[in-house]
Amino acid sequence: MTNQSSVLPFERPKAAQAETRPLMEARNITKYLGGKLILDQVSLSLNKGEFKVLIGPSGSGKSTLLQCLHFLLIPDKGDVLLEGKSAMDMSHKNICAFRQEIGMIFQDFNLFDHLTAKDNVAIALRKVKKWSKDQALSKARDELDKVGLADKAELYPAQLSGGQKQRVSIARAMAMEPKLMLLDEPTSALDPELIGEVLNVVANLAKGGMTMLMVTHQIGFARHLVHEINFMENGRVIESGHPESLLANPASRTAMFCARLSELTGNQ
Amino acid sequence: MSLLPDFSFYNAVIYIIKGTGLTVSLIIGSMLIGLTLGLPMAAIQVYGPRWGRFLVGLYVWFFRGIPILVLLFLFYFGIFGLAERLLGQILERRINLPPFLATLVTLGLTSGAYQSQIFRGAILSLHLGQYKAALSLGFTRVGALSHIILPQALRVAIPAWANEYSILLKDSALAYVLGTTEIMARIKQMVWITHLHVPFYILAGLIYYFLTWLGIRALKRLETKTRIPGLGMEMEAEIAKNDQSV
Ligand SMILES: Nc1ncnc2c1ncn2[C@@H]1O[C@H](COP(=O)(O)OP(=O)(O)O)[C@@H](O)[C@H]1O
Ligand SMILES: [Mg+2]
Repeated sequence: MTNQSSVLPFERPKAAQAETRPLMEARNITKYLGGKLILDQVSLSLNKGEFKVLIGPSGSGKSTLLQCLHFLLIPDKGDVLLEGKSAMDMSHKNICAFRQEIGMIFQDFNLFDHLTAKDNVAIALRKVKKWSKDQALSKARDELDKVGLADKAELYPAQLSGGQKQRVSIARAMAMEPKLMLLDEPTSALDPELIGEVLNVVANLAKGGMTMLMVTHQIGFARHLVHEINFMENGRVIESGHPESLLANPASRTAMFCARLSELTGNQ
Repeated sequence: MSLLPDFSFYNAVIYIIKGTGLTVSLIIGSMLIGLTLGLPMAAIQVYGPRWGRFLVGLYVWFFRGIPILVLLFLFYFGIFGLAERLLGQILERRINLPPFLATLVTLGLTSGAYQSQIFRGAILSLHLGQYKAALSLGFTRVGALSHIILPQALRVAIPAWANEYSILLKDSALAYVLGTTEIMARIKQMVWITHLHVPFYILAGLIYYFLTWLGIRALKRLETKTRIPGLGMEMEAEIAKNDQSV
C-alpha cells in the first residue's frame, strides 16, 4: 500500500538543493596595492563542508585574496558574500562581526607574544564575545586539547616550537567557532619535521567537516583531502578543478607547477 | 654670614631637600601627561589617517624644535597670561595661576611629543601581524590596540622611558625661571643668600644624581617584572656567551 509520505524522500534533496547557496562567495574581486593591479576579477565560492586549496607562484596574489575575503583588505571592486549577505558597504561594527565568522591562519602564526597559549585562545572570547573569564578559559583548554597542546597551556609563544605555535593559532581561531577557515601557507614557515603535526590538525578539521580555503604547496597532502584546487597566476584564478583530474593531466598549469615544485623539493 | 637670624647650613639643606617633593611631582605629573598624550598620538602616527598623522607630526615638530626654556616662557606669559585675563574677566576678580601649573603643562606637553615617538618606535618594533590577527578575530581597531598592541608597546618602551625620565628630571631644573620653588630655585636662593656657590651646586648635583638613580632603578625593576617569558632569550644567551668569551 502506498501513501503520500513515501514520495517525500525523493522531494527532499530538491528542497535542500534550493537552499544550497555557497557559504562564501567572492565575486569579481579586484584589488590594487601601491598602484599595481594585484587581484584581477577573482571569483571563487565555498560550499559548506568544502575544502579547497589555492596554489600558485609567489607573488600571484594568494595572500591578498585571502585578506580580501576576510576584509582585512577592502576589495576595490567586487563583492564578498557570506551566506548570501554582502560584505561590501558594511558598517565598521558589522565588519568586525563578519570577521568573527571567519577564522584566519597566518604563515607566521601571529600569536600574541605577551599572552600564554591559553590566554591567546581566550582573549578574543573574553574581549570580543564578552564571555566570562572562567567560560573563556575552559573553552581555551578544550581547544588546546583538540590540537594536542593541553600540556602547553601555560607557556608563552616564545617558549613554543613553530609547529606548536601554529597549532595554538588554529585553536585560537577555532575557539571563535567560525563558519569557515582561511589558511595562508600554515606550514611554510616551519622546519620540515614540524610540518606533519600541523597538517594532521588541518586534516582533522577537514574530517570534522570544516569549510576551508587553504593556500599551500603541500600537494601530496592536498590531493587526497581537498575537493578542488584553484591555481592562481598574476592575480587571476586560471585553473580550477578536482585535484586528481588536474594533476593527472600533464598539460595542466597546475600539474606543471607541481612538477616543478617537486623537482625543487626533491620528492613527493 | 647669617643674613637670616636662624640660618644654618643644616636648615638650608633641609629647605632644599623639601623642594624635592615639588621636583618629583613635576616629573611624575608631566610623565603621566606625556603618557596620556603620547600613546594615542603614537597610535595615530602608525595606524591613523593621513590628516591625523599630519597633525601629530606638526605637534611633535613644534615641541621638539623649540628649547624648553622658550616653551616655558611662551606658556607662562603667553597662554597662561591670556587664560588668567580671560578667567579674570569671566569671574570678575583677579586670577593668579600658579607657575607650578604652567611648568607642569609645558613639561607634560613636551614629554607627550617625545613619548609619542618612543611609543611609535615601540609599536613599529612589534610584529605588525599581531594587529592583523586581532582584527581577524573580530577585535575593533581600538580593541586590538588596547588589548594586544598597547600591553606590548608599554613593555618595549620601558628602557626609553627611563631615558625620558632622566631628561625630564633635568628639564625640571629650569622650572625655577618661572618661580616654582623646586630644588633648583631653592639652591639659587641659598646661593644668593650665602654666596657659597660650589657647595650648594655640589648638593644640587648629588640630589639630581640620586633621583636619577632611584627612577632608573625603579623602571629597571618594572622591566624585569613585566618581561615576557622566553622572549629575547636567544639574544640574552648570545650576550652571555660573548661576555664569557671576552
Ligand atoms: N602593501 C603592498 N603594497 C604594494 N604591493 C604589495 C603589497 N602587499 C603585497 N604586494 C604585492 O602584491 C603581490 C601579491 O602579493 P601576495 O598576495 O602576498 O602574493 P602571494 O601570497 O601569492 O605570494 C606581490 O607582487 C606583492 O609584491
Ligand atoms: Mg603569500
